[in-house]
Amino acid sequence: MTTTTVKPTAAKQAGESLLQVTNLTKHFPIRRGLLQRVVGAVQAVDGLTFDVARGETLSLVGESGCGKTTTGRMLTRLLEPTAGTILLEGQDITHWSTGKMRPLRREVQMIFQDPYGSLNPRHTVGTIVGAPFHLQGIKTERGVKREVQDLLELVGLSPEHYNRYPHEFSGGQRQRIGIARSLALKPKLIIADEPVSALDVSIQAQVINLLEDLQDELGLTYVVIAHDLSVVRHMSDRVAVMYLGNLVELADRDELYSRPMHPYTTALLSAVPIPDTQRRTKRERIRLQGDVPSPVNPPPACRFHTRCWKAQEICRTETPPLVELAPRHQVACHFPENIDLPDPALHPGASTPLQAAVAERSPDGEVPHDDASQAAPRVIPLDASGDASRPDDA
Amino acid sequence: MSQSTNEPTETGADATAPTGGTTTATEKRPRRGDKGKLSANTLDGIGGMGAPGPDAFLSVRDLRVHFPTDDGVVKSVDGLSFDLARGKTLGIVGESGSGKSVTSMSIMGLHKPGTVRMTGSVKLDDTELVGAKPEQVRALRGKRMAMIFQDPLSAMHPFYTVGHQIIEAYKIHNKVSTAVAKRHAIDMLGRVGIPEPSSRVDDYPHQFSGGMRQRAMIAMALSCDPELLIADEPTTALDVTVQAQILDLIRDLQSEFNSAVILITHDLGVVAELSDDIMVMYAGRSVEYSSADEVFTRPQHPYTWGLLSSMPRLDRVRTERLRPIAGAPPSLINVPSGCPFHPRCAYADRTDGLSQTVRPPFAQTHPGHYSACHLSPEEKQAIWETDIRPTL
Repeated sequence: MTTTTVKPTAAKQAGESLLQVTNLTKHFPIRRGLLQRVVGAVQAVDGLTFDVARGETLSLVGESGCGKTTTGRMLTRLLEPTAGTILLEGQDITHWSTGKMRPLRREVQMIFQDPYGSLNPRHTVGTIVGAPFHLQGIKTERGVKREVQDLLELVGLSPEHYNRYPHEFSGGQRQRIGIARSLALKPKLIIADEPVSALDVSIQAQVINLLEDLQDELGLTYVVIAHDLSVVRHMSDRVAVMYLGNLVELADRDELYSRPMHPYTTALLSAVPIPDTQRRTKRERIRLQGDVPSPVNPPPACRFHTRCWKAQEICRTETPPLVELAPRHQVACHFPENIDLPDPALHPGASTPLQAAVAERSPDGEVPHDDASQAAPRVIPLDASGDASRPDDA
Repeated sequence: MSQSTNEPTETGADATAPTGGTTTATEKRPRRGDKGKLSANTLDGIGGMGAPGPDAFLSVRDLRVHFPTDDGVVKSVDGLSFDLARGKTLGIVGESGSGKSVTSMSIMGLHKPGTVRMTGSVKLDDTELVGAKPEQVRALRGKRMAMIFQDPLSAMHPFYTVGHQIIEAYKIHNKVSTAVAKRHAIDMLGRVGIPEPSSRVDDYPHQFSGGMRQRAMIAMALSCDPELLIADEPTTALDVTVQAQILDLIRDLQSEFNSAVILITHDLGVVAELSDDIMVMYAGRSVEYSSADEVFTRPQHPYTWGLLSSMPRLDRVRTERLRPIAGAPPSLINVPSGCPFHPRCAYADRTDGLSQTVRPPFAQTHPGHYSACHLSPEEKQAIWETDIRPTL
């Protein structure tokens, strides 16, 4: 088992930005017919903007189809963004080629969701965890095998497991192997895509504790992609909520869970079942009608308006901007909850409280407008020489 | 060692279940079929429950489901007992390898004959299912008992429309024309909340989203008004908001049809929302069985304590570290001796070695609250009050 007392040895340089993402967008083309003409696009991710500070854990939360896995893959450059920029330690890596990215792979690593599918069943554990060293041509003092065995011990496996195959391990142990592999090159940033959702409850707790210990010990920065809000609350410093490719809320963890502002966030939090029978009758659950719309034809303007109980006409015509309504708490909603916003009547040109709030902030009183009717048409023509990426199963 | 009698208790033929309805069983009779060994405590983890309750629609006593394999006998279910009344929900909680899915498949008679050795008693409203003829079970399946599976995409046939699959189930149990059956299918799809059912009835499973597919499967299961509904992890594959919708749907349909529901899951939050009674399974055995309130306010088994401690919870102050259960679930071929949980139990050393050697009896600690543990009720109370509850 992993060591239970871990002294934090790496100092966290709080506030320094390790990763900066601006307007990140990914559209997967849909091709039909003999000539494979592009007839539409799956708008998986649209206009994501956020920062990740060194040493912190940012969680991307959302349901299926919200684009969080696609975002994770773009951050590791397994996918090519359609638009937007990714800055890693100040360098713009958005469109770097594979060759140029290769040295950077030492800095950014990924832990995958499926412990059964992410390990090559024909390789031993030693080969799997040792592969990063060979691929990067790293010379080690004591040999790769010794490094691998140290890593296995670090994640709570026995060094004797070096020669075993993945099928000899349980799900939790396989996830540990995946974690060991991602740590091999001592990265700065780890993107963990649903690291514990495939595991049993009691094993989840072990792996969560392990990830936290490693973060303290090695000074890691995590971007965790998850849908389980209880796990996210435990692990994160900041939380970003995504819906249908858009970022709808971004806040510090305690702030988000105590004062969610976006209606979708409040609905998500109220839908989580609580293991307490006393609360069963007292809770008022917000029931969302229907299913998530398809990302091929997302609803215009605010993408949540089709399921939102507060939706009004403006939600269908104007995309709400992501605005910081409280310290370190951004929301994209015309009628946010849990906050008192100024009266729109007091500001010319403001038709919603959100616009009034924004007007109060900008010095010349101008209210930013984003008129959906002028947005790009639904069929997005991509030029034939452009994006050759295929839609992911994410 | 088959016990397919219709009176599972009282008589000398059943050597292990005690008499009567009140069940702090103290009788010690030698166990038959135990290869000559007499265990010190002959209750051996089963049967502490006596005769079926008067309003029990489904009554399971000492169910054992073993699969002989080349590597040994896999004891997937090893002595399960519970009662379920109409209109009530039983939540079966356990992790992988606890035997909960095998339990549901055994009740439905879905195992391939010849591959499984099933003993014990499963009585569906006075009909004994263990050892019953396959035709008998088939007549009951769909009509009186139905099942919802975890992954609707793999549980439904991809080549047939959803309507066809519902119609097929309906026509087997009712002599009606296809047109009538189709109207019924449309009606069922509407009842489970699928919009535009008259056009959706002709769609294929892959044309539905996850939540809608699960609703379609519920419609299929309920099409013949079964009295027992078994839902095997019905929402594990679904998003949390869709999960909330499906759980509400199951609750509403249950009160409408007055069916008995068995809800199998690993999520304690889900059982807290929906169940009247909870049974916690570990290594094929029931380790705790009581009403939902009792299990959450007065849990009586270290495994339940472990599950409650290891989950991050939205309704409590955030703890710095989770308290996981050490180790991993055991292999069902080599189940640990004595209490199967003892290798992972933090309190195994307080039982004077009993945990390692003797299987704990499934006994009542409070009225209607059963657990299988060697710790005394006073010890459990003390540990719960001082160690566990403050940390939750």
